[in-house]
Amino acid sequence: MGERLQGSTMKDADIKRLFYVHIFCIVSIILTTFIPSFFLEDFSVLETHLTWLCICSMCVAIINVVLYLQVKPNPSSKRSSIFHKISRLLKSCVYFFISCLLFHAIIVLYGAPLIELMLETFLFAVILSTFTTLPCLCLLGPNIKAWLRVFTRNGATSIWDNSLQITTMSSVIGAWLGAFPIPLDWERPWQVWPISCTLGATFGYMAGLLISPVWIYRNRKQLTYKSR
Amino acid sequence: MRLGSGVFAACCVVIQVLGVAVFLRGFFPVSLRPVSQVQPQPPAPEPAAGTSSNWTQLPPAIFRKVIIMLVDALRDDFVFGSKGVQFMPYTKYLMEKGFAHNFIAEAKPPTVTMPRIKALMTGSIPGFIDVVMNFNSPVLLEDNLIGQAKAAGKRVIFYGDDTWIKLFPKHFVEYDGTTSFFVPDFKEVDDNVTRHLDTVLKREDWDILILHYLGLDHIGHLTGPHSSLIGPKLKEMDYILKKIHISLLSKEKEASLPHLLVLCGDHGMSEAGGHGASSVEEVSTPLLLISSAFHRKMGNLQPPKHVQQTDLAATLAVGLGLPIPKNSVGSILYPVVEKRTMREQLRFLHLNSVQLSRLLQENVPMYEKDPGFQQFKVSEKLHGNWIKLYLEGNNSEVLLNLGKKVLKQYLDALKTLSMSLSKQVAQYDMYSMMVGAIIVLEITILLLLSTPKALCQNAAFEIPLSSSSFSLLFYLMVLILSAVHVIICTSAERTCFLCSISWLMAVGVMMLISALLCVIVALLTKTFENVRPSAQNLAASSSGWSELDLLILFGTLGHVLSLGASSFIEEEHQTWYFLINTLCLALGHEVFRNHFLGKDLDHNLAVEQNIKKNAKNVLQYKNDYVDVPETSKIYKASSSMELLPKVYEKWLQLASPWFILICCRLLRTLNQTGVQWAHRLDFGHWLTSSDHKIELSVLTCLSLIMIFVLVQRRCSSVSKVAMALGLLGVFCYRAAIGNVLLPWQRDRKSISKGIIEARFVYVFVLGILFTGIKDLLKSQIIFADVSIKSLGLWDIYNGLVLLAALLLRPHNLPVLVFSLLIQAVMTKFIWKPLKHDAAQVTIMHYWFGQAFFYFQGNSNNIATLDISAGFVGLESFIEVPALFLTVFATYIGPILWAIHLLSFLSSENNRSSAISHASFCYALICSIPVSAYIILVTSLRYHLFIWSVFSPKLLYEGVHLFITATICVFFIVMDQTNLIKP
Ligand SMILES: [Zn+2]
Ligand SMILES: [Zn+2]
Repeated sequence: MGERLQGSTMKDADIKRLFYVHIFCIVSIILTTFIPSFFLEDFSVLETHLTWLCICSMCVAIINVVLYLQVKPNPSSKRSSIFHKISRLLKSCVYFFISCLLFHAIIVLYGAPLIELMLETFLFAVILSTFTTLPCLCLLGPNIKAWLRVFTRNGATSIWDNSLQITTMSSVIGAWLGAFPIPLDWERPWQVWPISCTLGATFGYMAGLLISPVWIYRNRKQLTYKSR
Repeated sequence: MRLGSGVFAACCVVIQVLGVAVFLRGFFPVSLRPVSQVQPQPPAPEPAAGTSSNWTQLPPAIFRKVIIMLVDALRDDFVFGSKGVQFMPYTKYLMEKGFAHNFIAEAKPPTVTMPRIKALMTGSIPGFIDVVMNFNSPVLLEDNLIGQAKAAGKRVIFYGDDTWIKLFPKHFVEYDGTTSFFVPDFKEVDDNVTRHLDTVLKREDWDILILHYLGLDHIGHLTGPHSSLIGPKLKEMDYILKKIHISLLSKEKEASLPHLLVLCGDHGMSEAGGHGASSVEEVSTPLLLISSAFHRKMGNLQPPKHVQQTDLAATLAVGLGLPIPKNSVGSILYPVVEKRTMREQLRFLHLNSVQLSRLLQENVPMYEKDPGFQQFKVSEKLHGNWIKLYLEGNNSEVLLNLGKKVLKQYLDALKTLSMSLSKQVAQYDMYSMMVGAIIVLEITILLLLSTPKALCQNAAFEIPLSSSSFSLLFYLMVLILSAVHVIICTSAERTCFLCSISWLMAVGVMMLISALLCVIVALLTKTFENVRPSAQNLAASSSGWSELDLLILFGTLGHVLSLGASSFIEEEHQTWYFLINTLCLALGHEVFRNHFLGKDLDHNLAVEQNIKKNAKNVLQYKNDYVDVPETSKIYKASSSMELLPKVYEKWLQLASPWFILICCRLLRTLNQTGVQWAHRLDFGHWLTSSDHKIELSVLTCLSLIMIFVLVQRRCSSVSKVAMALGLLGVFCYRAAIGNVLLPWQRDRKSISKGIIEARFVYVFVLGILFTGIKDLLKSQIIFADVSIKSLGLWDIYNGLVLLAALLLRPHNLPVLVFSLLIQAVMTKFIWKPLKHDAAQVTIMHYWFGQAFFYFQGNSNNIATLDISAGFVGLESFIEVPALFLTVFATYIGPILWAIHLLSFLSSENNRSSAISHASFCYALICSIPVSAYIILVTSLRYHLFIWSVFSPKLLYEGVHLFITATICVFFIVMDQTNLIKP
């Protein structure tokens, strides 16, 4: 009984931590739309979209790396040597790059132009990877098996797995939904490739960040049960 | 009545096709047919009692030059209202001075520019079906004013909206078109017209000048009719009018005949600033006829008379001394001719009424009973008497009085004729539309309600037909509906289609509607009775939905919703490409999970998943579910894989969704369809350009070889040979008509129609189909092995593939190759190993079929229809085969995928109910978009794009549903052979 109680309080603390991390992420994404205009001339999300894209993905990446390394639930094996750490780091970088390429390929398969607008497409792939792959790398490490486990139904076992699942799914779905306005003939500036998709992904990611603590909090009983 | 779900579905779709047909009949009322324009008829001679008149020629022109100044979206109050007083002083001055005849011309909906221009120039009321009848060319083929003017040697100049140039491509001696699609600009479009004015007004080498100003319409779309931009624009128009009028006046001194200046609008502007519907603001346009010939005494400024927009064509024709366009339903605006001599006036009116009564004779079977026609006959007789008196030299008061009487008679006759003719023309027949829509909706609801039962294990269920058809509700409904029918038909002024059919058939329709309603009610009550106990059961099973099911559900929903936006209809291919891409990714995920997690996770989880997946096969009704022996399935699956080493098998399976994705991406580049990106260069255009004939030949050759390789493994040995020869014939046909080059005759110039080659291929197509049917019959009669039946089905499939190879244009052959390739890959690596159930496989087939419809270059626009396929192997146009071939060639994608579904399921044969389930799902998934779309189109019938975007799509949907019905019936016939066997 006591053990369970302790477990549940631990869970609550975890959820709280998760919540703060997510709020921090959201605030920083919102800030990226304002802050750079103090330093850069005529900066706006729509007109200098690529700049914003780079800033946003960089910002999210840094925050993810720093925060998740800080609040990581179970630090990786203590006896790992520096060599081991470096190899993990390199591996993570390679994985990140591969995921960018993979996303790029998928976007092209979805019908994005192959040669023209290559940079735009690639940056879209980068921001998608930042929203999806990077948190996975931070939390799960370069371990494909673990990723697969997390991304199957009923495969997520901890709070962190669940939040990963939700944010990843929501950013991908956001990007997916973001493609819908493109064929409309409204001729708005945000219908230009890839703005609506990146915005969709960003909104999806933010929605996922908001939803996941709430969802986890409401389903915490089942989670406790499952992790046993 | 107990019915198999397949039979039920087929019946439903067939009834639905009837419903759609009734709806279409109401939506596209058959308007006045363009009369065949073979020879111009000589003008009707003047009637004369006893002696024959010497005036058989057309009367001479009244005006020397005509300038038509068309201001787009000019509403009547912009000229006649307070805005006119404020901003159009010169126009006001002309009206007050009596230089102008002013009218309010009523435009018929759709109040969109193109049909309105047609109405102005032909005097007829164009319906959409006319557009369909001469599709592929937006050129106006109907008898019209511009054509008549050109034939009479008049020189026409046009500046303005380029719709005119599309309608009359070779009629103008000089033109400058401005595109109307860039709405935010309202200055440049008008300056482009005005800049020619100074020079052209000085010149003498033209007879008709047409100016179409778009700026006002653009302002309306942007800011509405009360914006501050309207005033300056009206001022600008007034200034231009002044300029033209003064220049015309200055020239008139030398000329013998006066000039005519027409100021008009094509349609009005709603209070929101748009147009297209039938509100008073949108249909009322000013019509000003300005000429020095009209000069009246000052001071009698009368309020403008209401006339029809179609009256202008007849008036202008008379004014220019041209024959009145044949299909014109308008009557001459009498004030224009009132200054002429009595004989001329009567002559003009006679010509007009002869033309109208001819049109009436051609379109109304009971024309003699029409009051207008009777009036016309009376006045013609009187006219004859008048002429007789006139020719006898009588000049007394009697003649004048008689003349006035004849004139009045003629004007009445014209009015009545014109009224009864325009009543005939293109208006939505709401009653038929409603009846059709109700039938379609009822069927869809019926299908949806019976889904859970239809997809259960034994694929058969009870239809409460007999019980409900004797219920009180049924009789009540029939009575009410019949009463409604009688009321509508006796009160309606226009003719409805349903009122024109025999009452027996009408009662049949009413009975059908009520019977369907009763069945729905009975099913609903039954479902509600059942729901309560099994609610938990339902909730439990709905959690077993896999990602694939969710994707299918949301994809279908999303597609249906997307039909509400005109852009999504124009770009529907994007929706389908997007969906199948997502489908492939989901399949990739499933394959991945199947391979890596099935082994690594503990066995329990995998088994649990497996059971879930199987359980979902029979979604809702778990109690009906009889466990399929799982071991035998697994055994079967593994035995098929033993041919390849396990490792390769695994990697191939993992790669297959990606391979399909790459194929789809390649196919996308082949044909760029739609509207927004249609101008992008695509591979198809590159191939068909004459510089790349060698590449095209090589590609065709490779494609044909690939088709043979992919198809032959399922052929019987006889049809294998036939297939090879047939494909060879296809290449010869393409070489004969000059699409591709044969290697040994590099520079053959002579190009034949390829009749022999095409018929050579047809022989093999029929041969293969015959072999297939023979096998099917054999399997039915001799109770032989099921394999014979599936062999027969595959033969039929292959025959259709050969026909498709013949009909597809050579650059589209890769579409066929990839279609076969994807089918093969999906069969081997996805459907068999992952054990998808019949419903899932069916919907995947449907999605791919839809995507391939667009891959082959089709779109929801009639312009992309490839009618050349209808002439393959035919000496001349023969309606039935040409129609069949065109429809088949257009729907190759959906048809081939559907037949593949049937062949695949029957050769798998793991469950006897699979085909019934498949046909049910197929019917359901096709009927949902159709019924949703019919409701949409009914509510959007006054939308701006109804004729350009929504109506063609409606036709495509209708034909698609018809094909679906045919396919479902074919499914049932195939399934029935299965059922006859013990
Ligand atoms: Zn217009
Ligand atoms: Zn307009």
